[in-house]
Amino acid sequence: MALDSKIPAGSLEEKWTRFRSTVKLVSPANKRKLDVLVIGTGLAGASAAASLAELGYRVSAFTFHDSPRRAHSIAAQGGINAAKNYRNDGDSTYRLFYDTIKGGDYRAREANVYRLAEVSGNIIDQCVAQGVPFAREYGGLLDNRSFGGVQVERTFYARGQTGQQLLIGAYQALERQVGLGNVQMYTRHEMLDVVIRNGRAVGIIVRDLITGEIQRHAGHAVVLATGGYGNVFFLSTNAMGCNVTAIWKAHKKGAFFGNPCFTQIHPTCLPQHGDYQSKLTLMSESLRNDGRVWVPKAKGDKRRPEEIPDAERDYYLERKYPSFGNLVPRDIASRAAKEVCDEGRGVGTTGLAVYLDFADAIKRLGQKVVEARYGNLFEMYEKITGDNPYQTPMMIYPAVHYTMGGLWVDYNLSTTVPGLYAIGECNFSDHGANRLGASALMQGLADGYFILPYTIGEYLSGEILAGKNDAKWSEFDEAENAVKSKIERLFSIKGKHSVDHFHRQLGKVMWDDCGMARSKDSLSRAAVEIRKIRDAFWNDVRITGAPNELNPELEKALRVADFFELGELMVQDAMHREESCGGHFRLEHQTPDGEALRHDDQFMYVAAYEYKGDNQQEAMHKEDLKYEVVKPSQRSYK
Amino acid sequence: MNLTLKVWRQKNSSAKGTFETYQLDNVDVHASFLEMFDVLNEKLINEGKEPVAFDHDCREGICGTCSMVINGRAHGPLQNTTTCQLHMRHFKDGDTIVVEPWRSKAFPVLKDLVVDRGAFDRIIAAGGFVSVNTGQAPDANTIPVKKEKAELAFDAAACIGCGACVAACKNSSAMLFVSAKVSHLALLPQGNAERYSRVLNMVAQMDKEGFGSCTNTNACEAECPKGISVTNIARLNREYLAASLAAQKK
Amino acid sequence: MMFTSSLGRKYVMALTGLFLISFLVVHLSGNLLSLIPDGGLTFNAFTHFMETNLVIKVMEYVLFAGFIIHILQSVVVTLINQRARPSKYAVNAGSASSTWASRNMGILGTIIFIFLVIHLRDFFFELKFGDDELGLDASGNVNLYKEVVETFAMLPYTALYIVAMFGLGFHLWHGFASSFRSLGLMHSKYTPAIVFIGKLYTIIVTAGFIIIPLYWYLVQL
Repeated sequence: MALDSKIPAGSLEEKWTRFRSTVKLVSPANKRKLDVLVIGTGLAGASAAASLAELGYRVSAFTFHDSPRRAHSIAAQGGINAAKNYRNDGDSTYRLFYDTIKGGDYRAREANVYRLAEVSGNIIDQCVAQGVPFAREYGGLLDNRSFGGVQVERTFYARGQTGQQLLIGAYQALERQVGLGNVQMYTRHEMLDVVIRNGRAVGIIVRDLITGEIQRHAGHAVVLATGGYGNVFFLSTNAMGCNVTAIWKAHKKGAFFGNPCFTQIHPTCLPQHGDYQSKLTLMSESLRNDGRVWVPKAKGDKRRPEEIPDAERDYYLERKYPSFGNLVPRDIASRAAKEVCDEGRGVGTTGLAVYLDFADAIKRLGQKVVEARYGNLFEMYEKITGDNPYQTPMMIYPAVHYTMGGLWVDYNLSTTVPGLYAIGECNFSDHGANRLGASALMQGLADGYFILPYTIGEYLSGEILAGKNDAKWSEFDEAENAVKSKIERLFSIKGKHSVDHFHRQLGKVMWDDCGMARSKDSLSRAAVEIRKIRDAFWNDVRITGAPNELNPELEKALRVADFFELGELMVQDAMHREESCGGHFRLEHQTPDGEALRHDDQFMYVAAYEYKGDNQQEAMHKEDLKYEVVKPSQRSYK
Repeated sequence: MNLTLKVWRQKNSSAKGTFETYQLDNVDVHASFLEMFDVLNEKLINEGKEPVAFDHDCREGICGTCSMVINGRAHGPLQNTTTCQLHMRHFKDGDTIVVEPWRSKAFPVLKDLVVDRGAFDRIIAAGGFVSVNTGQAPDANTIPVKKEKAELAFDAAACIGCGACVAACKNSSAMLFVSAKVSHLALLPQGNAERYSRVLNMVAQMDKEGFGSCTNTNACEAECPKGISVTNIARLNREYLAASLAAQKK
Repeated sequence: MMFTSSLGRKYVMALTGLFLISFLVVHLSGNLLSLIPDGGLTFNAFTHFMETNLVIKVMEYVLFAGFIIHILQSVVVTLINQRARPSKYAVNAGSASSTWASRNMGILGTIIFIFLVIHLRDFFFELKFGDDELGLDASGNVNLYKEVVETFAMLPYTALYIVAMFGLGFHLWHGFASSFRSLGLMHSKYTPAIVFIGKLYTIIVTAGFIIIPLYWYLVQL
């Protein structure tokens, strides 16, 4: 099957306008007859569900959370980018587009990214109108800051809680539609399969997490907005519930998976401190503006940081990247931290941490200024670690943060299955091999508010005559039975170990061998190890309780079972991509001084995988990326 | 550290609950309260017993999912802290810790420590929004907002909807939650058009859900993990009074 | 709707509460007259005025209404609030997050209510319907003063009055500022003043009401 990205004709600037003017429409009377199922209610899902309902579609929205407001979009701290040029500093749609393409290391589709930059301004307008309390200046107008190493100030922010405020805005818009009766909301319902009939998505199978009931929901289109899969690493900055299940089921039912190995590792997270640890907390990147990153020069130096004189410290980012210093992009900062720890110079009890030191900043600016800038972050650090960062350096270490990969979608955000859409982090588009700071919120809301509501019309206009989809169709029987038998199988194992026991092992393999630095050896090893753990899981997992009740262990088991399969695909993808780009670093492919080395001549494409059945190698399809406007160059931060 | 845990166990919403006592040894002082529960659950699973069901998700204090009453206090003894951000170093070796779910008629227990907070969603659906459809918005900077007002609105908007205010209030009143949303939107020009209908509808829904009424004890503010101030409740009272007086005869 | 919603009931509690607070000022002023060493002439003259003035007579009914509404409403609100938490906590740590008085307005109110019944029987009804027994003073006014003096010679009565006044004190300690908040009056600039005045008022009123029985009991020992 050839991949058709359906990019509209015309110059980059015209594509979206032209698309919107020519896309097929659905009349208001007909919209009332069309059911859209939206899975996930984070930024992308909530904004899409609300906007579709406002247009007149009959929407059902599903979340496994107890409320749509809990989705992990809520945890984004930094901000949201928009090419408003309120600063008069020369920002433009083109610049935002260009920065995003370059930041993604030239592995994203030009047309999609340009459209993203184009609608970025509308997002801010919409959110402000909803009452999102963005930071303001004394004149009452919106404030901006610079973020993620770009040269303009285009980031809108709401203290350190931008994601929360944007999500609450979208949540309120969604609840408004719930109140009006336009959206049927299903909380604590988890999607466990997509139903396909004649090659089109016609519904989903969900489990009511309170009663355990397996339900069928039929619809004319299914929109997946289920977020990223960073939890395949067990420890990540993701919330505990984040999972791949919805998109993995879609993948197994025919949707191609794009660039699964592209994972973003965030450099400033709290290091792991014990085996019981359940997640890694992200500390805002802004800390690197004033903090200096260092490790001792000598291996195994166990002195307290205050006792190590300046001459015996290695400020390695400043040493290796004199012009960007501590502000190098995320992937570079992360890898450098790993390198020094691999050399045995890491600090803390595990040796897997580096110092982020504010002593000089406090000397230079005074404690008051530092407190004003980072007070809440310092407080959060102290709350978690018990250490006071005003007195002793913070300890940080990189952690998995975001997955650029996801379901392959065309310009319409449609997967390769007609009627099945993927929006937000769960699709692969827009960020290429590395995402810029403050761009995830932008993409989620762009997809949900301003792109999907248009593009879905193209498909739904053809569904008007199809009539009502029927949950009694045999395809629903099959899907429901498959889900039920999988649950039965899990209960029948009656093994010795908890789900977490296996998840932890999977995470360790993924992190060690398919994490910040990958090689043919490590990936071959990972492939074998994952299979072993997966087999052990299916032979020895113990699911307590019963299927027909609130059962968090069963929920976890169903998710982790999918993580094993995803892990194998990530390894396959990382193995095939014989280059280093963005978040994907292959040890075999680096410049003499250790920087990522892209091979544009061989790998300037999206790798989209097709599921071929249990235990079969997946088939890889290529979508070649054509750069018509931007000329790819090697990134340099020296 | 070694701990004795007395945890509320309840099979489902119709079952009768009871406290179970567990002994947990060698708890790391740096573990979070929820990580301590992870350890307990792993132990229970290994013993073939059912783990304790509890709500949690982001584990960084912002999603508002976690919800435990620890030794009689919503989210435990620390101020401005959610259960997930509470660490075991704040307890002592040999402590007995009693853990209960949020208790309120409007938040029925679903299982063990998990409660149903759908009432909050229904209150928001009744009026906690600005009616602006996607695409209708004017340019963001056409609506200037006084910085001080924006900051006040933000203080209210910081609510994470966890329900600790209801759990802590002796009357199970949801007024801190409702007032935070009413304040957030009433303080901003964007929320002005629906100011009165919003407060009337939200309060009507709140009463319908079976929450108690506020007697100004301030327990909600003291236990709120986001430090939402009771001045918002005063604003709610003011808004509702003005709205009631201004309301037309139907 | 406005007065039956949870917020409406708060307004009613606050308004009647503030009204009763203002009544206490008048009541206390009158009572303090009993301390004037003129054999009760001023006190009895004041009583006479209060008993015969038309405005006061009307206000008496308003006052009764105020009490009854305040009490009935509090019963309703308490029942609603009790029902909002059918299953109670095993551990209560209310003291960590709120003051004792704020949590126990119902109990304090009940103490005041019991006191009120006794108090009305002793003085109000005595005055209204028991004129004959009280006799007249030198100015020809009904001698309620005598009743006051005699009553507070008895330890149980005096003790009861003093305990009740402490109940009233705690009730006011929370209730004064709380009423303002219920009516939506809260402001960073003015609220501290309201709180201060509330506490000052509470101390003066409570002390005032306690001094009188205490004084008469002690001088008659």
